[in-house]
Amino acid sequence: MRQFYRRFSAILKARNLEFFRDRSSLGWSIVFPVLLLAGFALVFSGDGKSQYKVGVVNKTSEVSEFSQTKFVEFVSYKSEQNALDKLRQHRLDLLVNYQSKTYWLNESSPNGYFMEQILLSKVNANDWKKDSVDGRQIRYVDWVLPGILGMNMMFSCLFGVGYVIVRYRKNMVLKRLNATPVTAFEFLTAQIVSRLFIVMFLSSAVFIGCNWMFDFYMLGSYFDLFLIGVLGAFSLISLGLLIASRSRSEELTGGLLNMATWPMMILSGVWFSLEGSPEFIRQVAYFLPLTHLVEGARAVMTEGAGLMELSHHIAVLVTMTLVFLGLGTVLFRWEGDGR
Amino acid sequence: MFSMSAIVEVQNLTKQYGDLTAVNGISFGVNRGICFGLLGPNGAGKTTTIEMMEGLIQPTSGEIAFFGRALDKEALKQIGIQFQSTALQDYLTVNETLELFSSFYPEPADKDEVMSLCDLHEIADRRHQKLSGGQKQRLLLALALINDPQILFLDEPTTGLDPHARRNFWDLISDIKKRGKTIILTTHYMDEAEYLCDEIVIMDQGNIIAQDTPQKLLTDHFSGAIMRLPIANLGDIAISDIGRPFGEHHVDIDAADVEQVISDLLSRGIKLEGLQVKSANLDDLFIKLTGHQLQETSETEAGECI
Repeated sequence: MRQFYRRFSAILKARNLEFFRDRSSLGWSIVFPVLLLAGFALVFSGDGKSQYKVGVVNKTSEVSEFSQTKFVEFVSYKSEQNALDKLRQHRLDLLVNYQSKTYWLNESSPNGYFMEQILLSKVNANDWKKDSVDGRQIRYVDWVLPGILGMNMMFSCLFGVGYVIVRYRKNMVLKRLNATPVTAFEFLTAQIVSRLFIVMFLSSAVFIGCNWMFDFYMLGSYFDLFLIGVLGAFSLISLGLLIASRSRSEELTGGLLNMATWPMMILSGVWFSLEGSPEFIRQVAYFLPLTHLVEGARAVMTEGAGLMELSHHIAVLVTMTLVFLGLGTVLFRWEGDGR
Repeated sequence: MFSMSAIVEVQNLTKQYGDLTAVNGISFGVNRGICFGLLGPNGAGKTTTIEMMEGLIQPTSGEIAFFGRALDKEALKQIGIQFQSTALQDYLTVNETLELFSSFYPEPADKDEVMSLCDLHEIADRRHQKLSGGQKQRLLLALALINDPQILFLDEPTTGLDPHARRNFWDLISDIKKRGKTIILTTHYMDEAEYLCDEIVIMDQGNIIAQDTPQKLLTDHFSGAIMRLPIANLGDIAISDIGRPFGEHHVDIDAADVEQVISDLLSRGIKLEGLQVKSANLDDLFIKLTGHQLQETSETEAGECI
């Protein structure tokens, strides 16, 4: 056990030194997400919406005059609570319930005021009850932050582990290690922990730095957010290990890594919500670890989700990690391909 | 041939890659405290052999024993290895790289001592990508010594070094040998084997074609000196009448008695212009042996076809 710790910590230290001394890649992994966020903040510096959006709870089959209003999108909700949360975050301008003849608006939203005026002009104002909620507007930057950080973590985990191991194998660093008493388990554990540390350290630094600039919307606990980050990173690192388990070709591995990253970039809800997308796309997205990382982090930040609400994402991430890690360890070869 | 003091024994070792037989059922033993050389041209099977002995390649068949026990991960603690080409983790200094490898072993050698032996103190804080060829080889040797091994494997340790660096490296290896370590090295430089090795095995196309001390091999296969004459001097006389060809322009004659051969040549009217007299070295031996060997194998193959 002492031997294990000695070897493990030596490889860990060497890997961390290697990473932090490689200034160009270190710089890039910090600058890239910050630039993206700054870009989005600039592009979406307006409120980012061109259209009015009204939520409807308990939608009835009768067609009301109000629901015929042009240039207004009507979205149906089953849960009143869910819809109220959106209203608080300014993602809805107004919420109506035709059955109880109640409407809610966010006092701090100018759009809400206009929608209220339109509603009251179309219905008998005396029958309706007004209620209001309070809440800061969620900007696109707030919404996209978990996506961008998650994507950055994904690239760092997959390429930082997968590519590095294949490079080690190709230029015989692994062969040299194999000629020592170091076991595959010790080597792989050190790679995982090193990358986990690097990814969480850099992501936290970027988060803290950007939070200072943008003052992100944060309803949940920082601990939950960090936990989701660690679990997500762990599952992505395991996927990287699996992809790199025996190839000695950087080209092939690069292709495989791209094949893994691109679907996640597009389908895991980094840039836009998957809420309205077709069922089969959501099913595909369900099997991508990044989806659970991003959705989990977003739930903590914008909905204030606690560990109970996150338990599903956590279970999926842990399962994926175990499967990838198990396969990756079994398939792992020092030499790779044939030998 | 096997002596009781052999600490490494190899029996009927074979490695096949598909149809290609890289190593063909070879056997030898290595005695404690000697420098043992595996010689041969590129592709002879030296590296495959040595990597099977290091446990990196699984043999197709045959046995390898260290200290009388089959090779296992435990035996790796007793051996030090320097590969033909090794990349190390980037961005680490010489000192850090040694520390890293030192921590892999339960009872590592004293790092300062290894660094002094390999003359690394001056470059201890330099990153290893910035080392010269000779410095890099010294670092790799130090890594091979960091576990204070009983057996040291060196795979073509001086390939690519300039003559001066090679000499220094040879002195270093001689030093290590004086400390009682057993050294097993591969090389395609015959002068290196002559300088360093107490016992050699010459390999060609996966087979052992000679095995003994360098001196014994030379005295067995060559008597006296080698006399090298330009072919143009022979006139009508066939090469096989007086010796064997060396390259396209020379003929080599084994001369037990140099004076006798010279008077023979003169009496046959052969001019002595351009004559060289030299003592045989392992290069000559290798050319002599592989010449025979190639003919023999093609004959047996032809025989098998019929």
